[in-house]
Amino acid sequence: MLKVKLDQDKCVSGGQCVFAAPEVFDQRDEDGVAVLLREDVPAELVDGVREAADICPALAITLQEN
Amino acid sequence: MSTDLMTLQNPLPAIPMTRGCPFSPPAEYEQLRQAAEWHKVTVMDGRQIWMVPTYSAVRAVLGDPRFSAERDRPGFPYINQSQKELIKSSPAMVTVDEPLHSQIRRRATYAFTGKRVEALRESTQQLVDSLIDDMLAKGGPLDLVTEFALVIPSTIISGILGVPAEDHQHFHELTNKIFTLTNGPEGVAAGRLGLEAYIRELVLLKVQEPKDDLISRYVTEYLNTGELELEEVVTQIRTLLIAGHETTSSMIALGAAFLMEHPQYREQLRQGDDKIAAGAVEEMLRYLNIMHRGLVRMALEDVEIEGKLIKKGEGVLCALNSANRDAEVFAKPDELDFENPNRNHVAFGFGIHQCLGQGLARMEMQVAFKTLFTRIPDLKIAIPLSEVPFKTDVTVYGVHCLPVTW
Repeated sequence: MLKVKLDQDKCVSGGQCVFAAPEVFDQRDEDGVAVLLREDVPAELVDGVREAADICPALAITLQEN
Repeated sequence: MSTDLMTLQNPLPAIPMTRGCPFSPPAEYEQLRQAAEWHKVTVMDGRQIWMVPTYSAVRAVLGDPRFSAERDRPGFPYINQSQKELIKSSPAMVTVDEPLHSQIRRRATYAFTGKRVEALRESTQQLVDSLIDDMLAKGGPLDLVTEFALVIPSTIISGILGVPAEDHQHFHELTNKIFTLTNGPEGVAAGRLGLEAYIRELVLLKVQEPKDDLISRYVTEYLNTGELELEEVVTQIRTLLIAGHETTSSMIALGAAFLMEHPQYREQLRQGDDKIAAGAVEEMLRYLNIMHRGLVRMALEDVEIEGKLIKKGEGVLCALNSANRDAEVFAKPDELDFENPNRNHVAFGFGIHQCLGQGLARMEMQVAFKTLFTRIPDLKIAIPLSEVPFKTDVTVYGVHCLPVTW
């Protein structure tokens, strides 16, 4: 299963990951920094998570194929 | 192709080159993307910097901390007078590197999260509807920039910051002074000083009487606590105010002009649902590229990007408008696909400095385009396209005015 990791220190709060995969990413209310809702990505969410990783401007999202 | 390439000078005389079609980058950019070597381009003070033409290389540079955006480093290349002028103030988030960049940026991101933007959608819809009511009551022809495109983002960012909305003409004129390329150094300086004086006065008003807005938040949380000096607050608010109205208003006006000239896309938007409206905005961002002069960085050490060596101290110009038409990435770069939009464009930049207000800009444009062409389906430009004054003389592309009728 695809695993997703998020480096919050790198995040610049653009919020595009939430748009691409709302089941996997959210934003902190106080500063918009992305929050990971789950690490394991089920098949139906893989496309959205890949898009999130691709468009993240801060390269804060990394994917691990198992 | 090789014959065509011979006709391109190296270094190139200036960026951007002249557009053929007002809605597309200069035709030469395709040759620049395909050329084996990158070209240099002459910028201010006769400096020559590399023009980075492809999508992958633009992303590689903008995402790499070895390329600095810190404009007061010795030898940093400027491409216009506003860049030279704006660094005279306290540092802005767009012109510093990490770690200072994130410290500054994270004080503002609070106001631009996806949830806060969505919470503004209803009031944005009301605003857009009332502007269209006024337009219909007045009757055409009228200027879509002053009656519509400029008012929407100015009103919304004013509400977020706590700036009186009725001042928008004033702060827009000052902003124009800063970014009009034909203004001399004194004119650009007058724009910056005027805008900062206006903001300083506003900040001091909020010190007396804080309200529920972002300037008041800066006052109570950062100024009153001693975390920030007054001039630091002024610069941060200046950045948000300029970025919050100038770019989005340019996109709304330019996008509307594009849709009026391309009925097939206008009809698709008009008959489509909200998802199509969102796709239309995404594709117009990629296609139209108001940041047509590109983004400048300076190499802090020798860096190799896709086989090209950029030496320490050399400047690069990331051509966003070229990257967004790169056929290596976009299957049909010169067409717009509202149903399957390309969200991976670089219209908002890339890397740590990517636009902070991009979610807000998207929402404003979705509401603006969809409502405008739903309520006035036969809206058209009231003069020949060749007479529309496109903003080739300003750092952000768009139209100076757009007479429309119906």
